[in-house]
Amino acid sequence: MLRVSVMKQREAFKLSAHLEAPTPGVVALFGRSGCGKTTLVNIISGLLRPDEGRVELDGELLTDTRQRVAVPVERRRIGYVFQDARLFPHLGVLANLRYGERRASRQTHTIGLEEVLALLGLEPLLKRRTHQLSGGERQRVALGRALLSQPRLLLLDEPLAALDAARREEVLPYLETLRDRLSIPMVFVSHQLEEILRLATHVALMEAGEIVASGTLGAISLRPEFRAIVGPEGVGAVLDGRVTHVDAERGMADIELGGGTLHVSVIGVRPGAAMRIQLLARDIILATEPPRGLSVRNALQGIITELSDDIGQAVLVKVDIGAGAAVLARVTRSARDALGLRIGMSVWVLVKAVSARGHTFPAGRAPRRDPGG
Amino acid sequence: MLFLTPPELDALRLSLEIALRSVAFSLPLAVLVAYLLVRSRFPGTLVLDALVHLPLVLPPVAVGYLLLVCLDSQSALGRWLLAHFGVELPFTTAGATLATAVMTFPLMVRAIRLALESVDRGLEAAARTLGAGPVDRFVSITLPLMLPGILAGLLTAFSAGLGQFGAVITFASNVPGVTRTLPLALYTAIQEPGGESVALRLALLSIALGILGLVLAELLARRLYRLLGR
Repeated sequence: MLRVSVMKQREAFKLSAHLEAPTPGVVALFGRSGCGKTTLVNIISGLLRPDEGRVELDGELLTDTRQRVAVPVERRRIGYVFQDARLFPHLGVLANLRYGERRASRQTHTIGLEEVLALLGLEPLLKRRTHQLSGGERQRVALGRALLSQPRLLLLDEPLAALDAARREEVLPYLETLRDRLSIPMVFVSHQLEEILRLATHVALMEAGEIVASGTLGAISLRPEFRAIVGPEGVGAVLDGRVTHVDAERGMADIELGGGTLHVSVIGVRPGAAMRIQLLARDIILATEPPRGLSVRNALQGIITELSDDIGQAVLVKVDIGAGAAVLARVTRSARDALGLRIGMSVWVLVKAVSARGHTFPAGRAPRRDPGG
Repeated sequence: MLFLTPPELDALRLSLEIALRSVAFSLPLAVLVAYLLVRSRFPGTLVLDALVHLPLVLPPVAVGYLLLVCLDSQSALGRWLLAHFGVELPFTTAGATLATAVMTFPLMVRAIRLALESVDRGLEAAARTLGAGPVDRFVSITLPLMLPGILAGLLTAFSAGLGQFGAVITFASNVPGVTRTLPLALYTAIQEPGGESVALRLALLSIALGILGLVLAELLARRLYRLLGR
């Protein structure tokens, strides 16, 4: 468990954050630029001292201003991957990788050079100098270097922010691999929903120096604070389900979530795999009767639990689809009035198979279902 | 070296020796002072800065005179040095070395300071997160990144050290084979009737040495910076 409760005042900015995150797991600190994510991560690493507060990792006190505890950064065993990689320019790739490993005590050795090279595909880069690497390669080396320092927590401060989309794809799959193969807990800072969807098991939303909500991504995706950060186009429920059937020929899979099954078009998944689906509110259609004669492949039955004003003249409808799962649908006010949508009403949620964006989470490490979603 | 007479060779050898020894002795101190000036926040930095740079603005003769006042055999410090270490500075090669070191110290500090200022603190922070303590960080990250600047400072100070005149002649006098370096030999040649050709040769030799030093400094710096990928 990572427990953080800190306060830090800077000229025009105040950080006042409380965070509790399970370990292992990937905690995403999600928020707009300048909301204090990096400041919080720096405090966890020890690079920055809070004015007040405490940081505790797996029962060990790292910072406590009241008890005057401040474990030096170099003795925290917290790996840090910076946005700008920060590879040492006077050392080659191999020496960079080895830098932390050589300084880690033998008792803590859990991951070796061979394994890191294999996990991150670093073998071909070993003989290069750091300035001959692309942005994505640099971040991979920085990741490997941090891993080899045998950390018990890995901090990643927007490691993909300086990369373009193609370069990001050079790093993201490796991050997924690390999450699935190693049991090192990670705190991942990002303002990109895509990264959160693919990596996070737990999300903490930050706004103006405070953590305004935290929990599983499924639960967080339904909160108004989340809508504010992702913007109107990104609004939509994130659901964690399981693949029950695969039709490889048609590129379709059945995913069990909530009280129903969703047919989505995905490729490369196996039955039994955990799957994360984002259903954008703008892609969802509501019906008051079972639909007939439509191309839409999915109709989930649910009950309206909330109606709230959305951008413009739209209304956001939250529909409980059973087993604690819910989806968000955006409809116009006139549609709401015409259909007579109200809380407690039973409706059909229509989802096009192609509009569900899915990401696999390997079995066994699936994000927990939200009880209260 | 065929065209140099034994006394001229002596002067060349002395110049090289004194310049080399002076940079060797002042290097650690220059790194320390540069570190204090850049990284520490104690209120005396301004005074230290002024003190270090004083030899750049004072007449060299004044520097030599001040050294003489502080360190000659009648002064407390001079007697103490002689009694405890058997070191006598005025009129000796050691004295000439000290005068040279004091004169070239600001040049060296300046170069090292610039190098330290250009070191990315973020890299040191990264080293910290990888388990490197303060001394370890300085040796494994900061110092190597400063290396081009340190070498440039060394070479500049060395080249300048070859030509120190005022402070050396005032403090260590002009003793053939002991403190008569190239510029002192050149000065002596000018004073003597018929010494023009000797003076000219020594002047040319000084120019050659100076150019060699500066070019070397530049080449080394370029090579190192390329290694660092800048």
